[in-house]
Amino acid sequence: MSGVRVLAGTRKGAFIFTSTERRKRWKVSGPHFPGWEIYHLAASPADPDRLYASQSSGWFGQIIQRSDDGGKTWATAGNTFAYDGDPGTHQWYDGSPHPWEFKRVWHLEPSPDDPDTVYAGVEDAAIFKTTDGGHTWQELPALRGHGTGSQWTPGAGGMGLHTILLDPGAPASIVVAISAAGAFRTDDGGATWRPINRGLKSEYIPDPDAEVGHCVHRIARHPSRPQVLFMQKHWDVLRTDDGGDSWREVSGNLPTDFGFTIGVHAHEPDTVYVVPIKSDSEHYPLDGRLRVYRSRTGGHEWEALSNGLPQRNCYVNVLREAMAVDALESCGVYFGTTGGQVYVSDDSGEHWSAIARDLPAVLSIEVQTLP
Amino acid sequence: MIRVMLPAALSILARTGSEVTLDVPPPATQRTVIDAIEARWPALRGTMRDQASGKRRALVRFYACGEDLSHESPDAPLPEEVASGKEPYIVLGAIAGG
Repeated sequence: MSGVRVLAGTRKGAFIFTSTERRKRWKVSGPHFPGWEIYHLAASPADPDRLYASQSSGWFGQIIQRSDDGGKTWATAGNTFAYDGDPGTHQWYDGSPHPWEFKRVWHLEPSPDDPDTVYAGVEDAAIFKTTDGGHTWQELPALRGHGTGSQWTPGAGGMGLHTILLDPGAPASIVVAISAAGAFRTDDGGATWRPINRGLKSEYIPDPDAEVGHCVHRIARHPSRPQVLFMQKHWDVLRTDDGGDSWREVSGNLPTDFGFTIGVHAHEPDTVYVVPIKSDSEHYPLDGRLRVYRSRTGGHEWEALSNGLPQRNCYVNVLREAMAVDALESCGVYFGTTGGQVYVSDDSGEHWSAIARDLPAVLSIEVQTLP
Repeated sequence: MIRVMLPAALSILARTGSEVTLDVPPPATQRTVIDAIEARWPALRGTMRDQASGKRRALVRFYACGEDLSHESPDAPLPEEVASGKEPYIVLGAIAGG
């Protein structure tokens, strides 16, 4: 019988939940790396037992952990993330130049076909790659160096590269997103990059249509349609059908189009999920009601999904990395909250239940569909 | 033989006890002691000093013989009591919230 493994990164450790395909009863493993911030855990699509974890703390810096047995045991991997050459400066919040300084790994994206190859998105924003299972990491420097890097500014949470989309059908194509610089794309394996922010409008920056400077919170897509991307920006939900060359807003009837996370159904490329958040200063659901919104039309038309979710006095947030889907026949949707809940729906969002209710604040959720 | 006391987070990470011992060629300094720790336990590389700058992490402090050595030169010889193993070199994580 197939099953699922949910990888949850939290503010104080990692947790792993496993279940059969029924997704009703869950085994809990953790906390792993107790007391440390786990920004992200990720599994290799090529080897489901190969996991990577980004472990960090304000005291002791960045650690990378690797498991070769599905999370039962872990060993530290390489944690040297050295920018290529003189990293120069980016813009600080006040517009002044500020030196590029490595702080932490926000996101790990294993290769679709090689367990030893992983991309890492880091703060201050850059993309690194390992081809030896995490022992050594090399920057793909052309992203920072393509010309706009000196104009990038941090978002409130730091200047992190948080989204890395790989295309199994076109290995040289990579899409990344950075808060608060925007989205970027390479079609030659990282040798050259270009901003892909045309159509984004951000009224809170000096030039709302600027080439860079947009606070992209998350991008998701369905693997069968790599040119169609869905974006949750600081404000606005957007869509592109041409790999990012042009974006258009699809917020439609959402009650608020501020939010952090966005996901796409495993089997329906036009079914998209967001969790609307009240505003950029009030990071919780509208009216104290936790609702996922689903569009089955690729945007514009959205419906609230609340069955099983708290509908009063709920003031949690759902962060950018904290939603994922499984690939079982009845698509499972998962998300975690800053209140420590992890919710699952085993029917594409119709009904929700809690896997866990009292974890530390959830920073990231990934799901593996196991054979 | 130099004795080093590690904060709990780092001893768990490196799978050591709270106190480790090291042979460090004389004259032992803060730099050579931490170099030796990182060489023996690679999991601790970069946890006490920033890997890019080589400087002590802001929320890590170093003590010995009742004295705060955090702002001393990393190349100054450690006190004889530490070099002889009578007193431990103490790595401390700052008391800070979260």
